[in-house]
Amino acid sequence: MRGAVASSGALMRRGLNEVLRVPGAAIPGILAPSIFMLGITSVFGRLTHLDGFPTDRYLSFIVPITLLQAAGFSGAATGVNLARDIEHGWFDRLLVSPVPRWALLGSTLASGALRAVLPITFALVLAFSLGVPFPGAGPLALAVLLALAFSFVAAGWGVAVALRFKTQSAAPLMQAGMFMLILFTPSYAPQALLTGVLADVAAVNPVRHVVAGIRQVFVGDVTWAATWPAIVVLAGLVGVLGSFALWMLERSGR
Amino acid sequence: MNDLRVVAMLARRSLRQTFRRPQLLAPILVFPTLFLVANVGGGGSATRLPGFPHVHGFLDFQLPAAMMQAAMLVGVSSGIALALDVELGFIDRLIAAPIRRSSVVTGRLAATGVLGAFVGVWFLAVGLIGGAHVQGGVLGALALLVLLALAAMSFGGIGAAIALKSGRASVVQGIFPLVLVILFLSSAFFPRQLMQEPARTVAEWNPLSLIADGLREPVISGLSASKLATGLGGVAIVAVLGALLSAWGLRSRLRDA
Repeated sequence: MRGAVASSGALMRRGLNEVLRVPGAAIPGILAPSIFMLGITSVFGRLTHLDGFPTDRYLSFIVPITLLQAAGFSGAATGVNLARDIEHGWFDRLLVSPVPRWALLGSTLASGALRAVLPITFALVLAFSLGVPFPGAGPLALAVLLALAFSFVAAGWGVAVALRFKTQSAAPLMQAGMFMLILFTPSYAPQALLTGVLADVAAVNPVRHVVAGIRQVFVGDVTWAATWPAIVVLAGLVGVLGSFALWMLERSGR
Repeated sequence: MNDLRVVAMLARRSLRQTFRRPQLLAPILVFPTLFLVANVGGGGSATRLPGFPHVHGFLDFQLPAAMMQAAMLVGVSSGIALALDVELGFIDRLIAAPIRRSSVVTGRLAATGVLGAFVGVWFLAVGLIGGAHVQGGVLGALALLVLLALAAMSFGGIGAAIALKSGRASVVQGIFPLVLVILFLSSAFFPRQLMQEPARTVAEWNPLSLIADGLREPVISGLSASKLATGLGGVAIVAVLGALLSAWGLRSRLRDA
């Protein structure tokens, strides 16, 4: 057990080193969610003029989506790196090492979550500097924890896709899957202002609870009623995608 | 070997590569389609805003944006595929072959253009099924497809440049999220006059706005020579940038080889 934990730690450090030692590859993932936040605010910012919009500050409304995207991109990057390791044969060497496969998966998912800290922090600093009111340490911690938990979901998806296709070419699929899971919610506007197919899908997409759980921190008040569904959904998604990724991992090389 | 024949053969190889790997093709079609649904559903109420141009529906306004997004993704995918060829040593073998070296890029770009037209057909079909109206009729749709193919080739030039310079697919993949960002800073998704500063100013200068306007006109108003020329102008700006960067990337790849 101690060996497995030590191996997991070493693999997590390796994952982090990829961010620190190859910053050129990590910078787009750090900047993209923030630039997206600014871009989408600039484009759809006038939606706050519509009746029924809960705030007149669109940036506050979109911050939760940015945090989830930061988590989503980090998870996808984790999947891409794993696909690269598979292509280059490094992963095969890990499979024949005496490290339990759950430890391989755990360290990969954890490095994905750690990787998300940078873009989340960057986005928050930018949002606050552009006038989003500081919600207080406790609520902010809640928002960050929910976003980090979502990065486990994203990394689980990225790892599962990487193990299925075994190629970096599948990267857009890793990114697109999470992107849509996030955007097919009341992401741009409240549920009442959504139209067409999106209104129907958003009404049943479980990630809407995660969006609401984070959004309450920036728009409105934090309540347990909006928090617990987010926790339940995240636990469920981590369980499902983590189990799927572990199943794929168990099948690898056999 | 005849240069055109080499380009055609490399283009055919690139197309086969894409169509034989659904994981390469699917995101180009699926991602912008889903994003189209998200934008139309999420921002559909925007047509009620004062100053929004008269359109049959928000889908009409968003359809060219989805096409353009898909064309950009075709360009990125083309770059990823080229980078994989670099990683696997295929480009080194081509460089050693008795062919014009620029064929390495032009072959890939020819396939990118075909894929650009293909995604255009896809989105026309999706749009018409979803209730969109192409005011320019058949001629407008054809002009739109040609412009889209050229736009895809110009985006592919930038993807190829990054692929040749870095030689790593992961670096090209890194620009995937930036595709949306650059697109958001243009008039592709929203009327320029309703955008907020500073994006509005950026959109004024962003050549993608020219391409977006050129693509949108046949859908929401009808075929217009001036708007088509505007779109072609935008494509030319991106194409020149892509060509210069590709030449630079190819030169450094030749040095490494």
